[in-house]
Amino acid sequence: MGRIVLDKVTKTFGNVEVIPPLDLTIEDGEFCVFVGPSGCGKSTLLRLIAGLEDVTSGRVLIDDTDATEIPPAKRGLAMVFQSYALYPHMTVRKNIAFPLRMAGLDQAEIDRRVEEAAKVLNLTDYLDRRPGQLSGGQRQRVAIGRAIVREPKAFLFDEPLSNLDAALRVGMRLEISELHNRLGTTMIYVTHDQVEAMTMADKIVVLRAGNIEQVGSPLELYERPRNLFVAGFIGSPTMNFITGPEAEKRGAATLGIRPEHIRVGEGLPWSGIVGVAEHLGSDTFLHVHDTGLAETITVRVPGDVEFKHGDRVVFGPDEAKIHLFDANGLRKP
Amino acid sequence: MARAVKTRRKALNTALAWAVGVLIFFPILWVVVLSFKTEGDAIKTPLEVLTAPWTVESYGVVQERSDYVKHFFNSVVISVGSTLLGLLVAVPAAWSMAFVPSKRTKDILMWMLSTKMLPAVGVLYPIYLLFIQLGLLDTRLGLVVVLMLINLPIIVWMLYTYFREIPGEILEAARMDGAGLREEILYVLTPMAVPGMASTVLLNVILAWNEAFWTLNLTAAKAGPLTAFIASYSSPEGLFYAKLSAASTMAIAPILILGWFSQKQLVRGLTFGAVK
Repeated sequence: MGRIVLDKVTKTFGNVEVIPPLDLTIEDGEFCVFVGPSGCGKSTLLRLIAGLEDVTSGRVLIDDTDATEIPPAKRGLAMVFQSYALYPHMTVRKNIAFPLRMAGLDQAEIDRRVEEAAKVLNLTDYLDRRPGQLSGGQRQRVAIGRAIVREPKAFLFDEPLSNLDAALRVGMRLEISELHNRLGTTMIYVTHDQVEAMTMADKIVVLRAGNIEQVGSPLELYERPRNLFVAGFIGSPTMNFITGPEAEKRGAATLGIRPEHIRVGEGLPWSGIVGVAEHLGSDTFLHVHDTGLAETITVRVPGDVEFKHGDRVVFGPDEAKIHLFDANGLRKP
Repeated sequence: MARAVKTRRKALNTALAWAVGVLIFFPILWVVVLSFKTEGDAIKTPLEVLTAPWTVESYGVVQERSDYVKHFFNSVVISVGSTLLGLLVAVPAAWSMAFVPSKRTKDILMWMLSTKMLPAVGVLYPIYLLFIQLGLLDTRLGLVVVLMLINLPIIVWMLYTYFREIPGEILEAARMDGAGLREEILYVLTPMAVPGMASTVLLNVILAWNEAFWTLNLTAAKAGPLTAFIASYSSPEGLFYAKLSAASTMAIAPILILGWFSQKQLVRGLTFGAVK
């Protein structure tokens, strides 16, 4: 079991309110991602759940038990840190065994669980090395190993992939997703990378300045962003925002259209000059200027379409995919 | 060509480094040389000194005239005692400043360091009077306390720096892994802080061993460490060069040997955190 409920949780540091009253329920077995720009309070929220920070007011419930006053060691949660936070003076084996030793398990059981975790994470050959002798990816796997041996109620990940290079990041992302599928344990994952959020989450919580902007599945957030912030944060490249006559014509203050929902072809209503054409192979992203709509409009075209700097391009939105926002930045139904 | 230039440059640097090293070490070397000469030979010109016959006569006289072992023992008690007492005070202080810093932590650290900027002689009079009142004059306990106070800012600063280097996330990880405060300190913090604490101890033993102002002013016959032992051979006319040298060599030898064997640890400790 691992159902976590935040009940009107707040956190203030001195006079600064980092988390205004916040309610959130994370169901047992869910992969929940907290995403938002840096300083949005996502890590603080995770640390409140972990117990590494005390809530200023409100309650944290773990499996319907009030855990607000329970110290982190007793909450039954495991955490993976951005810096891995391995014990440098212990071998990999001792690192992974540490939580089991703290739990007072007998040596045979500790050995069995460590071997098992090492096998799952491909660490068997490295058990007698120290963290300093491992690569970044291996260190992260040790940190995960240390978390899984305890069979916790939930895993907390605090930007675990930020210190890895791009290729390794994609690999570890898959490993963590597979781990979640296999274990079925609740996972709460903090990241500023919306791609990680979209690819891994069952449920995404978008945060800004400690406030929850929207909670939903990746596709809900992508298809029906509640406001301009979520619309701009989710999706890559980001959504184009157009103000002025084009928006007013449709009775909105801002019109949003994603680069992938713009078509190119003669007879369409908009046009402009290609500033930069980014060729990714599978797709090409055109950054179009002089459209009279916004400073730059990003358009996705198939990879085999030839465009270069200075070309004139005629394009238009897929009307069904247009998002409309009112003057307050809220989505219009 | 480039390689040849590089090699020559390297040789030049090595030669220069040796020259500077020898220059700094020369006085100590000369003291050692003089200690193996007779009193008469020791005041001759350098060339004559070097060619004069070698003898251990001065060592014999020094040992005969004053009790080396007593002074040595006093030095050990005072340097080790003041360091241990200092650790007792400094560890909790540095601990709290590093892990639970307050707004004033930096100020406190600066204030502690500022006491080192005061000339020691400025407080000699009050401390001397206090020592008389408390009956601490010429006692090892008195010197242990004074040297502890003198070196405390350095101990706190060093420990603070080491503790600060221990990432907070590792301690938090231990907490998440189920460790209570006791286990956290025992299994995670202490093993990680040991190298830093060792260098701190080493440096402070050396500093206390070499301290001459307070040890000379606050002792007489009973509690005098090796610094007092050397000083008893200095005379304004400079007539006891060889004996003074022999006494000095005997006084600095133990700490020199300690420093020699622990130099790796010392350098590592002093540059700890300088490079990441």
